[in-house]
Order: sequence, then structure tokens, then C-alpha cells
Amino acid sequence: MKTEHVLLRHRDHPEINELENYRKIGGFEVFRKVVTTMQPNEVIEVVKSSGLRGRGGAGFPTGLKWAFVDQKNWPHYVVANADESEPGTFKDREILEGNPFQFLEGVAIASYAVGARAAYVYLRGEFWQIAHQLDRRIQQLYHAGLLGERLFGTDYSLHIFTHLGAGAYICGEETAMLESIEGKLGQPRLRPPFPPSFGLFGKPTVVNNVETLTNVPLIIERGAEWYRSFGTEKSPGVKIFCLSGRVKRPGNYELPLGTPFRKLIYEYGGGILEDHPIKAIMAAGASSSLIVANDPALDTPMDYESVPSLGAQLGSASVIVVDDTVSIDWLINKTVHFFRHESCGKCTPCREGTFWMMHLTDRITAGKASWQDVELLKDVASQMRGKCFCALGEFSIEAVLSGIERFRGDFEARVKG
Amino acid sequence: MNTLLEKYTDEVQTILAKYPPDQKRSALMPLLYLAQREYGYISKQAMNEIGEILDITATEVASVVGFYTLYHDQPAGKYRIQVCTDLPCALRGSEEFLKQLCENLGIQPGETTADGLVTVEEVTCLAACDRSPVFQVQTPDGLVYHENQSVENAMKLIRTWQSKP
Repeated sequence: MKTEHVLLRHRDHPEINELENYRKIGGFEVFRKVVTTMQPNEVIEVVKSSGLRGRGGAGFPTGLKWAFVDQKNWPHYVVANADESEPGTFKDREILEGNPFQFLEGVAIASYAVGARAAYVYLRGEFWQIAHQLDRRIQQLYHAGLLGERLFGTDYSLHIFTHLGAGAYICGEETAMLESIEGKLGQPRLRPPFPPSFGLFGKPTVVNNVETLTNVPLIIERGAEWYRSFGTEKSPGVKIFCLSGRVKRPGNYELPLGTPFRKLIYEYGGGILEDHPIKAIMAAGASSSLIVANDPALDTPMDYESVPSLGAQLGSASVIVVDDTVSIDWLINKTVHFFRHESCGKCTPCREGTFWMMHLTDRITAGKASWQDVELLKDVASQMRGKCFCALGEFSIEAVLSGIERFRGDFEARVKG
Repeated sequence: MNTLLEKYTDEVQTILAKYPPDQKRSALMPLLYLAQREYGYISKQAMNEIGEILDITATEVASVVGFYTLYHDQPAGKYRIQVCTDLPCALRGSEEFLKQLCENLGIQPGETTADGLVTVEEVTCLAACDRSPVFQVQTPDGLVYHENQSVENAMKLIRTWQSKP
């Protein structure tokens, strides 16, 4: 029996991107129930027991994050992270287009749970069309009495606004995002203090990814136990796996956490283009370490605990598949160019490190380098580790170092002498 | 005279109303989109006008314009074709797509066609990795995605722009 989708529900119920159709399947009844019959901390408890973890990449327990919100400092804000910019990640976009009201209901429930009366949805600038659709849908919620003042006859009021970015990967970092909403350069803040104590406009703020929030309505409706029936004990629930690269059927696949790589790539993805041998996997987009795609790796469950055993991370589950037509020196040249372009310039290790890694990988890929250059590249990357201001710089070296270590032959073949 | 404020009084107010009254600067990014729509790019005059609306200096406005890639402080082609050549797309032939598209138009990436109609640019991931080759078209009015593209399709699209008066 095929299980129903929890997140990509538009695949089972087409046209739920219209409010009346979403309400036909119970949409916004959970929000009503929450506001009229539950205390905020009861909502947080359910989310905590569901084991839901942040789906943007960091995997932080969602309920715990909500519980951290400073109760002595008001007002509170919720910010939904729809900046989806990690190369290989395209899940939030499908949710926002196909199942936008479940996402908005998740924003509304999260806002109630943390006592926020205003929420901002931060969309990357490229999602211009989606932002306009979302504005129209938010207006429909106001007209339907599901947003605005004194909701359902209670004292609770909620307003949701969109804020459009303008092309900067770094704004997906939560504190850079807050800076960007404040009309500043999207550069990260020093943490701590973390957003739940000092966030948007200096007020306690919860920043959650689109996919994370879209889980929330059904978790409240059906209960933590139901949610825990998917996935593994430590990584409960479902996850959207974005499959891209050299596979026959790239796309989004919503599967229980703990599904093995092999099933995603060969069963759902149809295997490798022209049936070539698989070579490497990046599980967390361009920020990934390179996994050598041997049999034990392919049989590894995709969850937060198992992927690290391969010297990698699950991250946002953006699975980029690489086959034997690809040389790894070329691949890291691509990822390094990306990080060099997106480095915000705030800290020297990242700004200078990505710059020099770019020049070194350019030279290697052009066949003009010696092995000394590869050693120098390793040295630059290693010296960045632990010294960058935020995760952008820290993750820019993952593919570089794991690539040289695990696919040394590709580099040896490319260099002279 | 503040053209933006006078010509778009209601829209400026709607934008300001999205943020707390003491956090006016938050309106900067949406106002920059408004200015780009009005002027085609973000001119010095636009930066001054926005600075005036938000009580910040034109230099502060300029620093934000310079930080974000979708704001442009120089005019370019009426249509900016922005092709994703990031890793997942490159694994599916986007670099070759960009090369052929540019050859068809007789320009290099980053350049504008002689008639001033089309600029082709390389951009980072657009969150459409399963539908490569993909590009977005940015005009002063907004952004539209074009997915699963071929060079023939793209050239057909460009010809529809050429035939517009």
C-alpha cells in the first residue's frame, strides 16, 4: 500500500493550493483547534515529543527551539526560512507552489506556540512569482478570518508578511536573514545570543525552514506517536529528498528518514544516466563531503545519525549523484566557485580562503598545476576549518578536503609531475 | 522632488506598513525593487529618494544595492537571461547550454546584444536542479523561470521579444 504524503500532499490531493480545497481536507481546522483549545506550551510539548528536527540542514530539535524563546522579552517573532539556495535543494519551492496553505498553517501554529503576533516569510529573490502568489494567498486567509485581529473570538491576533530577498545564498543563515529583513547587508551575526533570545529587531525570534513548518499541522492533528511511526527512533518522521545530478529521474521524493541511498537513487531515481557506474554522492548539496558510493554507502540509511558514519552529513538531504563521467577535481572547482561567489566578505578566513581555493582549483582543473598546488589547496582548506565566522566558510572546505582524500587518483591524473 | 514617493504614495505606504513603525529601514529591499521597476535599474537618483524616505544615507542604500545580485546599479539589456551553471545543473549539461545560447546570440556571458534587448548572465543555483537546463528572465517588472530548456526553445522565446514593438 502506498502511504500518503505528509508534506507533498498536493500529489495526493491536487489543487490544494486553493484555500477552499485545502479547507476541504481539514485545512486550518488544526490552527483553529490550537488557538481555541490549547495552551502554547501544550503545542510545544506535542512538537517536542514528535521528535521533529529542523529540515533546513542543521537538524536542531524544533520543539526545543520553540521552548527557548525568551518569555521576559516581548514581542516575539517567527521567521520562515524560504531562502532555499543550497545547490541541489528544491523542496521548499515545491511545497510553496503545491501545498502553500499547509505551510502557512504551520507558520500560524508556530506563531501561536511561541506567542508571536507577526511572522515574516523570507523568500529568496528568485522566488518572485511564488512571493506574489503567497501574498495573494495570505490576503485570502485574512478574508476568511484565519489571520488578523482577535482570531476565532479569542484575544490572539496574527499577521503574516512576506519579505523578498535579492540573490544572496548567505541570507539562508538565520542571523544573516534577520539582518536582511532589517534592511541591511545579509551578513551573519555573532552567536550567541541566538535568535530565540535576540532575533528580529532585537526581539526573541524563532527561525524555521519551510519544510519543518509544513510538518507541524499534521503532527498536531494526528499526534506525536503517529509522526514517530515514520523514520527511525532518533530521526523520526518523513523528509523530502531532493535527488539531482546524473540520475534518470531527478526530483523530490518524500520518504521516511532512514531510507537507504540505494532505494532513493536506483528505485525512485531510476538509476544512473545511461547505466553508468555511480562514483560519489553529496548528501547535503554543495556543502557536503563527498561520499564514495560503494555498496556499504549505498546501503546506509539516510538519517541524521547514519550519514555521519560515512564522514558526511545529511543536511538538507539534497542528494547530488555523481557518476564515472565526472572528475572530482572539476566538481570541487564548481563548488568552490559557488562559495567564493556567495561568501559575504565579513570574515577573512572565508573571504580569502574561498578566493585562494578558487584560484588553486582553477589551475588544477586546467591541467596547469603540480602536486604541490594540491598540497597547498589542502593547506588553505585545512586552515579555514574552525576559523570561519559562520557555516558557509566551514562547509566550503568539506568537498575539497574529502575530494582530495577520497578521490586522490582524479587529482593525480590531472597534475603535471 | 521625490518621484518614488509621489508617484507610488500608496505602494510605499503599504510597504512601510509591513514593518514596525520604528523599523522603517526594513522597507529598503522592497523599495529597491520598486525603484528598479520604475527606472529599469537603481540609479543614483533612486538611491537618494529611497534614503530620503527611510532617513538613511544614499551611501547606506548603495551598500545594500551592491551586496545583492538581483539589484542592478547599471542599465543592461531589457531582458536578463540568467542561466544556472551550478553543480547539479552542470551535471546535466547547463554549461554547454550557456555556451550555445551565447554563440547563437553572438555574445559572451555577461554581455548584452547589440540591439540592447538581451543580456546573458551566469547565476548560482535557482532551486530547480531537477529541471535543468534552467534560466530565469529578470526584467524591471520581475522574474520568470524557464525550466527544461533547449537552445531552440530559448531562441524562440527571444524572437518573441524581438517581434514586440
